[in-house]
Amino acid sequence: KLNAVGRANEEKRNLSLGGHVGFDSLPDQLVSKSVTQGFCFNILCVGETGIGKSTLMNTLFNTMFENEEASHYQNGVYLRPRTYDLQESNVHLKLTIVDTVGFGDQINKEDSYKPIVDYIDTQFENYLQEELKIKRSLFNYHDTRIHICLYFIAPTGHSLKSLDLVTMKKLDSKVSIIPIIAKADTVSKSELHKFKIKIMSELVSNGVQIYQFPTDDEAVSEINASMNAHLPFAVVGSVEEVKVGNKTVRARQYPWGVVQVENESHCDFVKLREMLIRVNMEDLREQTHARHYELYRRCKLEEMGFKDTDPDSQPFSLQETYEAKRKEFLGDLQRKEEEMRQMFVNKVKETEAELKEKERELHEKFEQLKRMHQEEKRKVEEKRRDLEEEMNAFNRKKMAVETLSLSQPLKKDKDKKK
Amino acid sequence: MDAIMLQEKLVERLLCPRVRTARQKEKQYVGFATLPNQVHRKSVKKGFDFTLMVAGESGMGKSTLVNSLFLTDLYKDRKLLNAEERINQTVEIIKHTVDIEEKGVKLKLTIVDTPGFGDAVNNNECWKPITDYIDQQFEQYFRDESGLNRKNIQDNRVHCCLYFIPPFGHGLRPVDVEFMKALHEKVNIIPLIAKADCLTPNEIKKLKDRVREEIDKFGIKVYQFPECDSDEDEEFKQLDKELKECTPFAVIGSNTVVEARGQRVRGRLYPWGIVEVENQSHCDFVKLRNMLIRSHMHDLKDVTCDVHYENYRAQCIQEMTSKLAQDNRMESPIPILPLSTPDVDTEKLIKMKDEELKRMQEMLNKMQQQMHDKDQ
Repeated sequence: KLNAVGRANEEKRNLSLGGHVGFDSLPDQLVSKSVTQGFCFNILCVGETGIGKSTLMNTLFNTMFENEEASHYQNGVYLRPRTYDLQESNVHLKLTIVDTVGFGDQINKEDSYKPIVDYIDTQFENYLQEELKIKRSLFNYHDTRIHICLYFIAPTGHSLKSLDLVTMKKLDSKVSIIPIIAKADTVSKSELHKFKIKIMSELVSNGVQIYQFPTDDEAVSEINASMNAHLPFAVVGSVEEVKVGNKTVRARQYPWGVVQVENESHCDFVKLREMLIRVNMEDLREQTHARHYELYRRCKLEEMGFKDTDPDSQPFSLQETYEAKRKEFLGDLQRKEEEMRQMFVNKVKETEAELKEKERELHEKFEQLKRMHQEEKRKVEEKRRDLEEEMNAFNRKKMAVETLSLSQPLKKDKDKKK
Repeated sequence: MDAIMLQEKLVERLLCPRVRTARQKEKQYVGFATLPNQVHRKSVKKGFDFTLMVAGESGMGKSTLVNSLFLTDLYKDRKLLNAEERINQTVEIIKHTVDIEEKGVKLKLTIVDTPGFGDAVNNNECWKPITDYIDQQFEQYFRDESGLNRKNIQDNRVHCCLYFIPPFGHGLRPVDVEFMKALHEKVNIIPLIAKADCLTPNEIKKLKDRVREEIDKFGIKVYQFPECDSDEDEEFKQLDKELKECTPFAVIGSNTVVEARGQRVRGRLYPWGIVEVENQSHCDFVKLRNMLIRSHMHDLKDVTCDVHYENYRAQCIQEMTSKLAQDNRMESPIPILPLSTPDVDTEKLIKMKDEELKRMQEMLNKMQQQMHDKDQ
């Protein structure tokens, strides 16, 4: 019986239904809408070259995604996203696999994590831009945000590598990380147990947050809880098929035995597939949107100067903030223009002054040289006059001597004749 | 084909007294054919020494392989660093020396470990401590050899370096290439593919071909096995050829003994099978052991002494003499006039003054000419 009294109180009331209304079909409506829309899932694979990322993807999705072998001699790390359309029964999946090419190959790996972080942030940024648009079409938007990061750990048997620790620490606030031990067929059972414990303890002691399979939903809490205890998953990938008994299974054939990919006592591949694809794929998408993306959005908007409440604790309107920002920005631009103009004017003045100075110097030099020249000329003139005087004196002397010599011999003759 | 066994057989044959028969006109037996036996006896008395360096990233199985090679446990109670501690780790050099004996032959084995190589985030020049160490040993030996009392020279020179290449990649990585190029002219490098139990036989072949290609491409001079004599028998030559085509060796090591095919062997136990370290169809461990210990240990020492050490010594002496010549020029007594090379400024000044003088001379000449003309 419906209680039809319309009391305006704040408490929720549980009403009991008198018959079958039919809104229990809501989940089905949602499901059928999602199925027609199609799903989208983005995986980021981080691991050193040759560790088995492509092979594992091929094994997980039972397809041969085209892939060339990467070289070890890349100058830096770059990300290579590839999108595929898969279909299973009537469900369409737009799968994007992002590979980290060149990771772990450089001698100096201090900047290796940067391209990865930048890529993740760019996907968030693109989504944010779409969300902030006035005319937006989110239902149509191809969501490229990374839903899961599979971090491939090399099977050394000892512990994490220093690069692994540094990278995971940079990524754990931006993406859900599932660490996996790659090429696990080189680690024996007892070594594996110790290795897993060591890895988890290193992650915990360094505060690295990895993805925990959710245990709040009773339908899957039990299986998720037990899987959480098996992290990190030790996986083996293979696309080759080997005949074992009377079955053909995906496996790796060694001289000493056959490692079957889907045999749970050989490796944790089945567990990974269960967790990643069959049970928690939707939860991963939710986590990315509700947690990682929201964190990014909040940080970004705070950076830009947006706040939820202004100093008077009144909610800000986005529009007003936009206007204020715009004015600020234009004001900034104008100021910068002024500055540049000032700088230009100053520079011109400086150069003018320099040129004037140079001109003056040249003029001075000219004057100096002119003076020197005059001085020289005067000296030469003096010398010439001296020389002339000497010549004149010499000529006079000469004439004197000549006249003397002319008169002298007559005297002598006169004397002689007497 | 045990080299020592061969030698023993040869000695036996030589030592049996020849029978003088009327038909065979042979020379009288002199006896210097016993020299090999004498050498053998003396060397056993003196004992041998060998220094082996192992290099490679952490977790490649270096310690396990050394334990498997020499069937001992050299690394009891060692402490491994955490990932956090390794972010800025520098390379250390740690020596372990053991005396082992087999059939009366004593070997002083030194293993030089290089923990921290390639483990930090920034591995620029992480091989420098290793090259410095090798040079130091050469220098030490050089000084000892040139000294007055040479009775008890200790040979700490590194005779061989096993370099562990990770099997997870597609070939050599930049750090592998740089390391080997920095060391290939100082020590015998033997590259190994570590943890080969993660590769199927096809993958091993592909990786070996790749590594050999890249070693050629980058001009890395790894240790070459000497050519076997032309008068060895075909079987030996065949084995030798197979050995050479097998490099780099793909090895697996183990610290544990497991039960396989009714025997107790060194191996690794997996749910899908047992890897036997000494099974030639599982890995090249036996080839490595035979090559390193049973047949080529002495050749490695010889190459170190005759090639690497001699190169170092020649280079050292050259540097010393060129430095001495430079010093001599500076401190010579009067007979050699110091060539004072005038510096740039004074040269300029001199040039300027020269030009001025020339100009004045010209002016004077002109004036004299003018006066001369005027007079006339």
